[in-house]
Amino acid sequence: MHEMSLAEGVIQIVEEAARAAGCLRVSAVILEIGRLSSVEPEALRFCFDAVSRGSIAEGARLEIEDVPGTAWCLQCSETVEVAARYEGCPRCGSYQLQVTGGTEMRVKEVEIE
Amino acid sequence: MCVTCGCGSGDTRIEGQALDRDQPHEHTHLHADGTVHTHVHDHVHAAHGDAHHHDHGPLEAHEHAHTHADGTSHSHAHAHAGDHAHVHDGDGGAHAYRPVPAHHHGPAHSHAPGMTQARMLKIEQDILSKNDAYAAKNREMLAARGTFAVNLVSSPGSGKTTLLVRTIAALRGEMPTAVIEGDQQTALDADRIRATGAPAIQVNTGKGCHLDAHMVGHALASLPAAEDGLLFIENVGNLVCPAAFDLGEAHKVAVLSVTEGEDKPLKYPDMFQAASLMILNKVDLLPHLTFDADKAEAYARRVNPSIRVLRLSATTGEGMDAWLDFLRQGLGAARARRRETVESLQRRIADLERQLAAKA
Repeated sequence: MHEMSLAEGVIQIVEEAARAAGCLRVSAVILEIGRLSSVEPEALRFCFDAVSRGSIAEGARLEIEDVPGTAWCLQCSETVEVAARYEGCPRCGSYQLQVTGGTEMRVKEVEIE
Repeated sequence: MCVTCGCGSGDTRIEGQALDRDQPHEHTHLHADGTVHTHVHDHVHAAHGDAHHHDHGPLEAHEHAHTHADGTSHSHAHAHAGDHAHVHDGDGGAHAYRPVPAHHHGPAHSHAPGMTQARMLKIEQDILSKNDAYAAKNREMLAARGTFAVNLVSSPGSGKTTLLVRTIAALRGEMPTAVIEGDQQTALDADRIRATGAPAIQVNTGKGCHLDAHMVGHALASLPAAEDGLLFIENVGNLVCPAAFDLGEAHKVAVLSVTEGEDKPLKYPDMFQAASLMILNKVDLLPHLTFDADKAEAYARRVNPSIRVLRLSATTGEGMDAWLDFLRQGLGAARARRRETVESLQRRIADLERQLAAKA
């Protein structure tokens, strides 16, 4: 979904940070993308390449760190790992789950020169 | 272009006016020595290609990398006065330029023969943080006006506009209502809303697949301030992208019509997870369809155990009362919060005035 807008958001954040640090070039961008964040990493890569052209991050390496989805199961009273929102608890099958992790969409750090 | 949904930014128009005209924006410059830097400036230009005015920061510090004749390269920071030369892509306008002769080397500059230095810079910022900041501003503005705002999301053709027209007609005279209409193109929906007598602003997202908080902020500024009233934001018909974009609304309301599949909440879980209410629309057609309404509700609760569900038909009016009550309750709460804020501010002013009087 909307990976193009997200890629633009990433470039904006990177440019602001690079400007504040007074650097010449960004050689790598490291993102943290949760499995429940509704971001398709491959689509994001494609858009990042397109959007970074002509920016300070042109040609930068894009690293995407995968964050597993976790949820609190009300039945088990335990944190369980979930692969998707529509999947039930892997232990008891209940859908009474409160997502607790894996929704991240963050720019973690950049490598600057 | 996004490979998944084909969306991109740009071409946003509010009531036919381009959104970004005359807005402050950023430029990246490449200087002759290879330095690249970006700065923000205000822009007012009648047509691109005309001369335009820049405000540069008076002293911008930035880093340079140098390669000396002996092959050593090093980087250092220096500050210089704000006048530079640069050429804009596209407009060809060269700007007045005064190179700054002297620059300053700090004592601690480091030499690294043959290579530039790479280092990691921690950022830890949400990709949507910019949108979220605009959304927080919208929310603040709405709270100050005592407005109850709902963001209607659905696939195209689920009956959002018909539901709005019916809702506005039912609430006429009871509370002020206003609508922000989002579509890729045309002002057809805003025209339909205006025909009911309610003010409406059309936002055309162009290639964009969703409304964002920045667009909504601009639309809010052009809407007459609906004090103590309802604001409907009808999002672009799309069950995917609008899920992630907070617009400053009190609730996202997902509209699912019974002419679609009952498995939509499972197929597009993010949207039903983001919504606090699901409206099952067009229920008057249920006798003619194989749609299993109970199953649809169960699927919605599977992705979002706390979602509320209302079944209604915007065409026949069946089930509309529960929806209208939801709006009345929401607005009542928004008005009460505003009253409380105003009263507490009045108390604070009275306190301050007492203190001033005591000192005088």
